[in-house]
Amino acid sequence: MEEWRFAIQIAAFSGRGDPTPIAETEKPLPAAVKDNRDKLLERAMSRHQYSGDALIEVLHTAQELYGFLSPERLKTIARKLRLPPSRVLGVASFYHFFSLEPKGEHTMVVCLGTACYVAGALGLVEVLQRRCGAGSKVSVQTARCIGSCGLAPAVIADGKILARVTKASLGAELDRIG
Amino acid sequence: MTIEELNQTQADETARQQALDERIYCCTAAGCISCGAEGLRNAITEQVKSQGRLDKVEVCGTGCMGMCSRGPLVMAASGTALYGNVTPSDAPALASGNPLDRRPLADRQIDLNAPFFTQQVRIVLANSGRVDPEKLTDYIAAGGYQSLARALTELKPPEVIEEVKTSGLRGRGGAGYPTGLKWELVSKQISPTKYIVCNADEGDPGAFMDRSVLEGDPHRVLEGMAIAGYAVGAQQGYIYVRGEYGLAIQRLQTAIKQAEREHLLGSRILESGFGFRIDLRIGAGAFVCGEETALIASIEGKRGQPRQRPPYPPESGLWNQPTLINNVETFANIPPIIEKGGAWFASIGTPSSKGTKVFALAGKIANTGLIEVPMGTALRTILFDIGGGIPEGKFKAAQTGGPSGGCIPEQFLDTPVDYESLARIGSIMGSGGLIVMDNASCMVDVARFFMEFCMDESCGKCIPCRAGTVQMHDILRRMTLGDASEDDLAMLEELSGLLRETSLCGLGQTAPNPVMSTLRYFRQEYEAHIRERRCPAGHCRIEAGVPA
Amino acid sequence: MSVKTLEIDGKMLTGVAGETIFSVAWNKGIRIPRLCHIGGISDVGACRLCLVEIEGQKKLQASCLTPVEEGMVVHTDTPKLRAHRRLIVELLFAERNHICSVCVMNGDCELQELATELGIDHVRVRYQFPSLPVDLTHERFGLDHNRCILCTRCIRVCDEVEGAHTWDMLGRGTNSRVISDLGEPWGASDSCTSCGKCVQVCPTGALFAKGKAVGEMRKDRTFLKYIVTAREKKQWIE
Ligand SMILES: Cc1cc2nc3c(=O)[nH]c(=O)nc-3n(C[C@H](O)[C@H](O)[C@H](O)COP(=O)(O)O)c2cc1C
Ligand code: SF4
Ligand code: FES
Repeated sequence: MEEWRFAIQIAAFSGRGDPTPIAETEKPLPAAVKDNRDKLLERAMSRHQYSGDALIEVLHTAQELYGFLSPERLKTIARKLRLPPSRVLGVASFYHFFSLEPKGEHTMVVCLGTACYVAGALGLVEVLQRRCGAGSKVSVQTARCIGSCGLAPAVIADGKILARVTKASLGAELDRIG
Repeated sequence: MTIEELNQTQADETARQQALDERIYCCTAAGCISCGAEGLRNAITEQVKSQGRLDKVEVCGTGCMGMCSRGPLVMAASGTALYGNVTPSDAPALASGNPLDRRPLADRQIDLNAPFFTQQVRIVLANSGRVDPEKLTDYIAAGGYQSLARALTELKPPEVIEEVKTSGLRGRGGAGYPTGLKWELVSKQISPTKYIVCNADEGDPGAFMDRSVLEGDPHRVLEGMAIAGYAVGAQQGYIYVRGEYGLAIQRLQTAIKQAEREHLLGSRILESGFGFRIDLRIGAGAFVCGEETALIASIEGKRGQPRQRPPYPPESGLWNQPTLINNVETFANIPPIIEKGGAWFASIGTPSSKGTKVFALAGKIANTGLIEVPMGTALRTILFDIGGGIPEGKFKAAQTGGPSGGCIPEQFLDTPVDYESLARIGSIMGSGGLIVMDNASCMVDVARFFMEFCMDESCGKCIPCRAGTVQMHDILRRMTLGDASEDDLAMLEELSGLLRETSLCGLGQTAPNPVMSTLRYFRQEYEAHIRERRCPAGHCRIEAGVPA
Repeated sequence: MSVKTLEIDGKMLTGVAGETIFSVAWNKGIRIPRLCHIGGISDVGACRLCLVEIEGQKKLQASCLTPVEEGMVVHTDTPKLRAHRRLIVELLFAERNHICSVCVMNGDCELQELATELGIDHVRVRYQFPSLPVDLTHERFGLDHNRCILCTRCIRVCDEVEGAHTWDMLGRGTNSRVISDLGEPWGASDSCTSCGKCVQVCPTGALFAKGKAVGEMRKDRTFLKYIVTAREKKQWIE
């Protein structure tokens, strides 16, 4: 069991795979939602009449509720929507929005869209890679244009957009979250 | 609501707004929100309340006002005084309405007679910055849903299509296919079920036009889609929005609910026999899903991989039914075309490219933000008059069309911006991202950057794109490290030809464009990297001693 | 059924409406190169090797997906097409680790055959040398990702003919990989019926039967046609 899960993660995250972009409005879940996650996911599926066409919507809901898509979750979804498991994993791994492993306590998403690239976003990635190596609480990700080009370079820190980030201001933000 | 009620609501709301002393618009588009616009808006509302002027002053959130570089923006005095870089401490001054109190803001007032504003023609963005995207009545007061009403009562479906054909509107999603012709194709299909799809997957890095339209004026897109549904005989529409656009998704959801409640969408639109529903589909982070056949696969819950065309979506699209796919901006142009007529629209722009185009200005330019100009406006006007020029350094190139486009060097600054002229100089109109680069940008690295994008976003279905982008990126990467030879350059060009001619979809076919256009205008930079192992822009860190 | 007359490589040929250029050509012995197509399952037009030039059309067209039309003039073997095909095959060789000398399919591999036909004696692009696993957990078969060219024949045959849909594709772009079920080892798959169809349709040595030595494996690529024809004509009822 453990072994094949490991295999998926390696497969999905090895090589050049682009990390997951994340929605800018990500907020911690209220307790009422957290305790009823299974029910809420079930409701989302029944709203779509358990149709396989709704796979992506259901995966969105599952990721919102649980933060990531575990193999057990994918298996449940496949069974309920009557889809082959391989198709569910195929879809989940095609879209970079879906994450197959849990995220760190904090996330820093550096936008690498053209405007941010021209404004020197690669330098910010270097800073993050240097400071948030293995064992860090911060997961560093990059995104392909978050649509805030007017504010380049932009970084999304735990769901909040930081505008015109410099190496210094990024360092300060990292110091703040510890 | 009936058409009479629609007219009544418009009259009532207009009268209510006119009775106010002042409407204060706070830009609450994504750009300004990230500079604290929400807090600012609350502070102003609080101040209005504490000064006891709630009945005289209305504080509204609006869509993008364009000058994102000066955010957060506040437009006071009902749209006659614009202030930039406003902070919550300015709230008392703004709330008071007394010109003397507003003096401290004078140095941050933005001149509305500056070329940034006077050179623009706003059709798609007409309401952006003047209408609260979360209030249906605001949109109705600005004449919203009148075009839908007119289409349903005065025009037969073929007449609507005729009007769109007369307008000469071409798709704003990139390829520029005549919209009227596409509508006609779909309308001629005999099928009980047809679909309308709005492509809001805006994936080009450096483009945020569609996002701003959806955030600033969502009802306009809904109205355009409903008119399209009436014209081609579809009852169901989908909007495929990028998952990253949280605020746009939220505002669309609100707008759809409002419109359904008032019977402006749903089974009996304006109490007529015409019904049209719109549902949202949220993208999940795949650029290729902007390609229409991949988008269809994605709505059907599959991996977003393109398929061979023909059959084109107008014949066989979503669930194999005839499907009309248009871009957000294309739909946003429809209500004014129906309201003022196709001939009016055709009078703007150039003979082959009609109307206006929204551009997102970004990069090394003073006024980063959102602008709308008539087709055919010279690039120089856009960059230097409207955009305010390059803050420091010297202009080197403007990039249009994102990863499918090209770089435009200085000698073409006077090129009019329209579909044909841009294609002639090796770029494309694309969806409207316009990124300015100064002499600190290395064109080889720019090409590498876009190739990396295409490599990451390649769906992997066809070999030339899947494996070719990897090889092209590898060559470009080695060039920026000073580790490439003349043979590599020749192979780069051979691969460019292969991808362009053999890839299955537009992503692979256009992936070599940034390489080919930089090779065309900046070949000496490539040669410097290879022969002299030197980066003329001083951007690439080529270390001495690495074997070439 | 209406008949269409067209010219392919200078020969006047006929096909029925709806038939593809590829099928008409092959029936008359004009062997257009292909990797993703195999008779009996749907076509996806992914390998781009079967592209042909059609007079009057600017773009090259995938012959496996383009229906014949009256009066078409088609060229299947021009210098441009040969150059493109050569580079596509080179890209495939560089993408994964294809080492014919140690492969069970040496001598019967469609990729190897193509390379020979196109006269590819060396590869001009850089080898990527990805590190990829080999799945030997199935009792009778094996899957070596190093030899996979992502043609998706196995995925399609398993879904369309066997109806099991054990296989699918993980990830995207150059990181794509064929998976069984939820990425479990093949041997642990619940849905696999061990019918072996995927092994037979695989053009290379990526899917193979266990217990074969180098160069020993031979595949029957025509069986599919019989199954599908039989099914269409309901021949198994009698
Ligand atoms: C790789 C690729 C990405 C695309 N991305 C978008 C996009 O983000 N938004 C869009 O409207 N059109 C995009 N298109 C164009 C669409 O395929 C389609 O032509 C367009 O939505 C049609 O609408 P229009 O006629 O209104 O332009 C893309 C095309 C390709 C090949
Ligand atoms: S060109 Fe690229 S994105 Fe398009 S089908 Fe081929 S691999 Fe996929
Ligand atoms: S056989 Fe036609 S594209 Fe592969």
